[in-house]
Amino acid sequence: MLLKTINTIALPTLLFGVLIAVWSTVAIKIPGFPTPIETWNELLIVLSDPMYDNGAGDQGIALQLFSSLKRVFGGFALAIAVGIPVGLLIGMSKIAQTAFNPYIQILKPVSPLAWLPLALFVFKDVDMTAIFVIFITSIWPIIINTALGVRSVSDDFINVARVLQLTAFERVFQIILPVAVPFIFTGMRLSLGIAWLVIVAAEMLTGGLGIGFWIWDEYNNLNYSHIIIGIILIGVVGYILDTIMGFIADHFDYRKRGRV
Amino acid sequence: MSAKPFLNIDHVDKIFPLGKGKEYVALRDVKLEIRENEIVSIIGHSGCGKSTILNLIAGLDTITKGVILLEDREINAPGPERAVVFQNHSLLPWLTVYQNIEMAVKKVRDDLHPKEVRDHVMRYIDLVNLDHAKDKYPAEISGGMKQRVGIARALSIEPKVLLMDEPFGALDSLTRANLQDHLMRIQMQTGNTVIIITHDVDEAVLLSDRVIMMTNGPEATIGEILEVNLPRPRERLALQHNEEYLRCRGAIVEFLYSKFAKHDD
Repeated sequence: MLLKTINTIALPTLLFGVLIAVWSTVAIKIPGFPTPIETWNELLIVLSDPMYDNGAGDQGIALQLFSSLKRVFGGFALAIAVGIPVGLLIGMSKIAQTAFNPYIQILKPVSPLAWLPLALFVFKDVDMTAIFVIFITSIWPIIINTALGVRSVSDDFINVARVLQLTAFERVFQIILPVAVPFIFTGMRLSLGIAWLVIVAAEMLTGGLGIGFWIWDEYNNLNYSHIIIGIILIGVVGYILDTIMGFIADHFDYRKRGRV
Repeated sequence: MSAKPFLNIDHVDKIFPLGKGKEYVALRDVKLEIRENEIVSIIGHSGCGKSTILNLIAGLDTITKGVILLEDREINAPGPERAVVFQNHSLLPWLTVYQNIEMAVKKVRDDLHPKEVRDHVMRYIDLVNLDHAKDKYPAEISGGMKQRVGIARALSIEPKVLLMDEPFGALDSLTRANLQDHLMRIQMQTGNTVIIITHDVDEAVLLSDRVIMMTNGPEATIGEILEVNLPRPRERLALQHNEEYLRCRGAIVEFLYSKFAKHDD
């Protein structure tokens, strides 16, 4: 009981203390670096009016975060809409796999930001560009994990489908998708994580609106405490996104059902 | 033998290509006629192609030479009139016991109304005594129960032939005995034609009207066919010292361990 209290409360508190100490030391050594107290006070101010809107370039933190999330979900939804069917196709057909694989292997390691200038040139629109960059970021883990899930369907299940003479459509919905769904959600969870990483960088480059833009803007304003606040908020939002995806994934995972 | 056979395996060869022009002849010239309502078991050492025969009848694998006829119609693809009970049960783990059977019934018996589907599914769950477990997932029930669900699923689509690939092979011997009794009771009720692949001598004698003994592969074929002249219902205990039972048992043991003994390297 006592040990458990130490493990769950005392150790994290101790680590927090160490973190604050290191931070304070850095703040003392580097002139102008915001101290923890200053940052805390600034955080309260920033959070006190998160929805203010003084026109382009000057909006509350919640609006900034919200616009980043909108772009992330836009690109993410597109990636799901394209990635799952393509993944199913690649998983089910050797021919499709041979056709798609070289392109996936070559495009996958490209930094999504490399696409940004091209997208900006094509769309001539910041929102569309950001959404496209998130799309191209998110699609690879979804395709790859969906295909992996399809390939993990055991021959026994396929034989059951053959004996029952299921149509191709029934096979996909009654056998293949239920097996593949946990894999697909793993891919989506990975994608969403990376998308949230990439949006910050993308918005620093595109400007205008969004949490990435906000951080860069505060750097230009020499408002360094806001950069730290931005980092913390990005972390918190990322953590919340991942937790929600985890809950949804578990809900659709048959392996986690029916166990008490 | 009277009239036309129900299931006719007519001079069947099965050759697996191994690539680079090489091939493996699994079955050579297998001929077997099976009557309606008969329980036949196919026994042999591992690698004798007994599962291959079952896959050919099921249509899960293609015949290289010869033909298999079910009621005079050639078999060249899988179909619900030849239901398979797989060795590892092959239940869909995301569906409950009820849903696993329902899924098969809905697909094969599309003439049934929703209400009738329910009654139909429940009848087969009842047949294998699993009413209490109908809403459980496969992961929540024992191996023996899973195999009973597998049997119920296969029977629920009312097949002409029930094909069982070492159905009780993965179970402990007490559970196996229990399921063998289940199977005999169910077959008495439903009158299915049943083909069982097994490597268990006692199981073969207890369950079968005839035991098909396979020679060793490659080029495996039917060595001998043994008629088991025991009345039904059969009682495991009473058979222990029955002369016919012991004769059949002896004949199979003689075939497997003397005539076609297999010496593992």
